[in-house]
Amino acid sequence: MAIAGVRHLEHNLIVYRRVWRGTAFSTVLSPVLFLSAMGVALGSFVPQMTTFGGVSYIVFLAPGLLAAQAMQTSAIESSWPLLAGFKWGKTFEAAVATPQQPRDIVLGHLYWLFVRLTIVTGVFMLVMLAFGAVASPLVLLAWPAAVMTGLAFGMPLAAFTATQTNERAFPILFRFVITPLFLFSGTFFPIAQLPDAIEPVAWLTPLFHGVQLSRSLALGQDLDPLRLAVHAAVLLTLIVIGTLLAMRTFRRRLVV
Amino acid sequence: MSAPTASLIHARNLTKRFATLTAVDGVDFDVAPGEAFGFLGPNGAGKTSTMRMIGCVSPRSEGQLSVLGMDPATSGPKIRSRLGVVPQQDTLDTELTVFENLLIYGRYFDLSYADARQRATELLEFVQLNERRDDLVEPLSGGMKRRLTIARGLINEPEIMLLDEPTTGLDPQARHLVWERLYRLKQRGVTLVLTTHYMDEAEQLCDRLVVMDKAKIVAEGSPRQLIERYATREVLELRFPVGVQETLDGQLDGLGERVEHLPDRVLVYAIDGEAAASAAHDRGLRPESVLVRRSSLEDVFLRLTGRTLVE
Repeated sequence: MAIAGVRHLEHNLIVYRRVWRGTAFSTVLSPVLFLSAMGVALGSFVPQMTTFGGVSYIVFLAPGLLAAQAMQTSAIESSWPLLAGFKWGKTFEAAVATPQQPRDIVLGHLYWLFVRLTIVTGVFMLVMLAFGAVASPLVLLAWPAAVMTGLAFGMPLAAFTATQTNERAFPILFRFVITPLFLFSGTFFPIAQLPDAIEPVAWLTPLFHGVQLSRSLALGQDLDPLRLAVHAAVLLTLIVIGTLLAMRTFRRRLVV
Repeated sequence: MSAPTASLIHARNLTKRFATLTAVDGVDFDVAPGEAFGFLGPNGAGKTSTMRMIGCVSPRSEGQLSVLGMDPATSGPKIRSRLGVVPQQDTLDTELTVFENLLIYGRYFDLSYADARQRATELLEFVQLNERRDDLVEPLSGGMKRRLTIARGLINEPEIMLLDEPTTGLDPQARHLVWERLYRLKQRGVTLVLTTHYMDEAEQLCDRLVVMDKAKIVAEGSPRQLIERYATREVLELRFPVGVQETLDGQLDGLGERVEHLPDRVLVYAIDGEAAASAAHDRGLRPESVLVRRSSLEDVFLRLTGRTLVE
């Protein structure tokens, strides 16, 4: 017997072997565009960031963007492609006619997100290096932090997708959840800049924790172990709850 | 009512309820090893729900069900590892090639890559698709997709093959090719369980079948037995000019054992159709067309439910 979920990962890797060239372009292009536009061009108007030990704006920005990129990649992977498995291609229906179970598909999706996020954020970090947007060797630890951020979005969203009969909710989700999080979770500016009333709200958003974790590690600053542990715990909790919920919703969808 | 130990699938009072409807209402049936067993009925009769329960992807609401001597409620994956499933709608992976579809499916059954490759190659030969091996699924014709789905269902060398409407939507040539391959499987000793709303398919493929209507089994037997029991040897079909059929009242009585009025024609069930036709002529009836044919499962269904199978 194979490890639970490994077959679904194999499936996605077989597909990926065919389509990776198409995704490679955007995987490289996206960090290049963001870092040059926001980091270099806009950054030239931003004075040295005294709150972050005098680093340049691009060094401050890059780990935030890294975490945000992981969130977006994960959100895309957990919405349309999963609904296709349920609804358009019905490949999940085909899978559960074999000894595979709904929970195997969920675990396989978790592994797949891990692989995909590791690639996307790994490429992102290489681009950061090319832009000189790296301040400390600890930046390598921002890599797993970003992957965790992605999973913390992807798994709860996977659970949600299994409850959807059509794709109508996805554009709304991207417009009113993903984009605001991207803008206001400390990616582009410290959340201390937000009105005091709104600042605590940021603490409730998963991206905030991902950004803080990535940034602290990448800059090698503000490394209070307790604070880092809280950020990591929030992300881990979301991953675990999301995975368990997805096992439920996938079963409800596929075994009727 | 003890389970005959010989039966591969055994169902008693099998019931499936959804929130607002009872899809399968207390059906009993047994399928013996090596048999080709059919569920014949119109859309919505409960055939697919029954198949999904047998396929261990839909828990039963009530009753007993054993498949390969095991209970689907507790041994789902174990049973499924010995089943082959051809669902009503093709669920092929359009992102993969023909060969990759078989390969990954083999992996779902825990075959090694080497074994899965070998099986896939043999099966593409069997369903005559080896020339399309490295093509994506999407440009394939409906008949080819169906054959690929059948090949996929065979990757684990199943003991029971579940086929939900295997030829619905195919052109006649493609249907015959599928039938021929299924017949070969049967010769190899694979037990076939299929649903259909085509009487000719049931007559071609099934050793034994049950007729389902409105969630219940209304008759059971071999195609020949059913026809003998519920229909006469021959059927006389009479079509009258527009408006005439409604004025016939009683004029056809006694021409055969039974007379059935359909919206567009009248069916007279008789042992000798020709004799009935000349008797009608003697009574002064002048139909637009006269057809004598052998009776079919369609007639059985009409007799049992008062409706035709395919509207």
